[in-house]
Amino acid sequence: MSLRNYIDKIKPNFEEGGKLHAFRSVFEGFETFLYVPNDTAKSGVNIHDSFDSKRMMIMVVIALVPALLFGMYNVGYQHYALAGVDGTFWNMFWFGFLAVLPRLIVSYVVGLTIEFIVAQWKHEEIQEGFLVSGFIIPLIVPATTPLWILAIAVAFSVIFAKEIFGGTGMNFLNVALITRAFIFFAYPSVITGETVWVVDHAICGLGADIDGMTAATALGTAATTAAAPAFSMDMVWGLIPGSVGETSVIAIALGALLLLYTGIASWKTMLSVFVGGILMALVYNQWGPDNAMAQMPWYEHICLGGFCFGAVFMATDPVTSARTEVGKWIYGLLIGMMAITIRVMNPGYPEGMMLAILLMNCFAPLIDYCVVQRNVNKRVKRMINK
Amino acid sequence: MNITFIIINFAPENENDVIIYNFNNKMAEIIRLRKGLDIKLLGAPVKELTEVGLAESYALCPDDFTGVTPKLVVKEQQTVKAGEALFIDKNHPEVKFVSPVSGEVVAVNRGARRKVMSIVVKPDAKQTYVEFGTKSVQSLSGDEVKATLLESGLFSFFRQRPYDVIANPADAPRGIFVSAFDSKPLAPDFEFVLQGNEVDFRTGLSAIAKIAPTTLSISASQTAEPLTDAKNVDLYAFKGAHPAGNVGVQINHIKPVNKGEVVWTIDPEAVIFIGRLFNKGVVDMTRVIAVAGEEIVNPQYLKVIAGARISSIVDGRLNKTEHIRIINGNVLTGVKCTKDDYLGAFANMVTVIPEGDDVNEFMGWIAPRFKQYSVSRTFFSWLCCKKPYSIDARIKGGERHMIMSNEYDKVFPMDIYPEYLIKAIITGNIDKMEAYGIYEVAPEDFALCEFVDSSKLELQRIVREGLNNLRAEMA
Repeated sequence: MSLRNYIDKIKPNFEEGGKLHAFRSVFEGFETFLYVPNDTAKSGVNIHDSFDSKRMMIMVVIALVPALLFGMYNVGYQHYALAGVDGTFWNMFWFGFLAVLPRLIVSYVVGLTIEFIVAQWKHEEIQEGFLVSGFIIPLIVPATTPLWILAIAVAFSVIFAKEIFGGTGMNFLNVALITRAFIFFAYPSVITGETVWVVDHAICGLGADIDGMTAATALGTAATTAAAPAFSMDMVWGLIPGSVGETSVIAIALGALLLLYTGIASWKTMLSVFVGGILMALVYNQWGPDNAMAQMPWYEHICLGGFCFGAVFMATDPVTSARTEVGKWIYGLLIGMMAITIRVMNPGYPEGMMLAILLMNCFAPLIDYCVVQRNVNKRVKRMINK
Repeated sequence: MNITFIIINFAPENENDVIIYNFNNKMAEIIRLRKGLDIKLLGAPVKELTEVGLAESYALCPDDFTGVTPKLVVKEQQTVKAGEALFIDKNHPEVKFVSPVSGEVVAVNRGARRKVMSIVVKPDAKQTYVEFGTKSVQSLSGDEVKATLLESGLFSFFRQRPYDVIANPADAPRGIFVSAFDSKPLAPDFEFVLQGNEVDFRTGLSAIAKIAPTTLSISASQTAEPLTDAKNVDLYAFKGAHPAGNVGVQINHIKPVNKGEVVWTIDPEAVIFIGRLFNKGVVDMTRVIAVAGEEIVNPQYLKVIAGARISSIVDGRLNKTEHIRIINGNVLTGVKCTKDDYLGAFANMVTVIPEGDDVNEFMGWIAPRFKQYSVSRTFFSWLCCKKPYSIDARIKGGERHMIMSNEYDKVFPMDIYPEYLIKAIITGNIDKMEAYGIYEVAPEDFALCEFVDSSKLELQRIVREGLNNLRAEMA
């Protein structure tokens, strides 16, 4: 195995005292990426399950691929539709590909660089968590987000939402959502309004420049006008303006299938987010204020905005979600209810999902505390009554 | 879409339902455990018994007796009989640790800071035993039984909860628990081990029942009469995957340990030793162990004396000599050893599996890896889950912080939140350790959690250190 031999040959350079020691974490990252580490058990069990965090993270990335591919196509589709130019399927896809790819690269380069530096600094292995976060970030922002803003937002969230708490597994807020929230509050003009959702210029000769383009998301329209847009199958397929990966219910459902099948995402969390959302939408339909958002039917609420994407990929993040089984039901339910409530009650934030998940991230430890405390109380009671 | 997965993933919250039914004309409670995992490994032992002659040397390793500070009572070149003390516990000098064979003490091996690692005895060709005299258990009181066990050194086979250390003879335990089956991978079938030792087992059970109320837990599939018709004990039957055979799990379902209580546990093989002591008047630690695992030519049962040199057990039975791991015990709780080590005092088997340090799996994070075992469905191995697997000793991943939730719970059938207990131990929070139930657990209860853990944390080591710290703190 020549590649293996080559790695073994260059390995000493990266070890303590080697001339490339400053890149130890990078080397190690790539080595374990190429080959399953063959370190054997030193204490405790002598055998281990083959499942590790690399495998887990990569499964989530695979689950995100349909949403990414469809998102790329949709970016092109929206552009061509608005520009009034005819384009083939591949024209649209390549247009979107070229629009989204730089954002994916910026997200990964900035985030992974920070990860590599921190791993080197703390003498730890590189943690794979950002493989998923870095993939999600370009999917939950508009395709027009300026790259420098994206870079700042990614750096902010990796450092302040994750690394200062101790890295993957220790963060209590979803890293990708903090990136979006950072852009949302620091640069609101690039993530809200009517001009950001569709790319308005040609890329590499594909598409056309559009002057004075406006295209609001359906939720944006519902929040600012008296009537919500009528439900259409485009909302299910995802041929509507929005953040790159969030529009297609079908593509997200494919990812959800994989996550549920492999057991990486909790079906309890996912199901309860939908139940909570539907429940709250029905409640507002019945008793809500007289505005377009409150009167929107539940299925439209679910299909629009980031509801599905959030429920499938963000609420189920095992690190930031509730960790007890009973807690997951409560956590999911409250996310769904909160998301719809924010949409209805606060027209300023038509996308309630991001805030709902971040809010419940903060409450997840409290929910778990209550669940675990029941067990603790039972133990105390048992001791008294013995 | 979601509906299908509810069915596939549905695991009932309440994993313990108790059915009382007529079990061999005796009312035994069957406790069914729904959480757990049976790892099917290649090299299960076949029911064939080979008698292994005397090994070239035997040894007692103080480290096997958790929580004991050894104080030597023999010197090199001294001759000892089987049943004569080699060392005692400094804190409880009445607890003796006796030689399994008669012969000459040839070496006292010491490790760092002169810690005693092993006391090696070269056996005589003709074994002689210390005579303790046969006794009728029926006529003895609990204290007399305890005194006899202390005198003969067999008391050292009692462990206690909390802390999972060798029992303190000064305690009055709330109860004694014996698990008559081992559900760990490739573990020996106790019914087979029991054959020919039925009388001793019955006597042993009666003897320990004199000390404290004794509970015998059997597997629902066991039919041997000394088990299903055991006298003087409370009988429970367990059904389910590993760790159903772990005595800690059984205690948790029968009557959990509260703070301030002490219960003792003892292996069923040691119950046989105790019975022999009363029936024959000698300490005879001849036992039947399994020698199993993928790298063993003919996995089977061997009749050996406790403390035998590993080479006497595995020599001539190995498939290959390199890149293998010899395990003193089972794959989950046993320790890696060499041929020059000695069979652990509590080890009921020797397992040999591939080490795997010569295996380089390319792009393991994405390759399908059909032959790799995993409980997660990210591998396709579940497709052929009926077949036994080859699992080597690789960790197969780097250590991470806890990421996945509910991984441990699925294989931890106790009324405890394992993840929270582990976190309390890692952070050294004694109040929380107590609140989350640390008094009820032993490291072995976390073995399966450690196996399935995708973050590859050394859970058994963490629990052991937590128990040690807590014990030091409470002393």
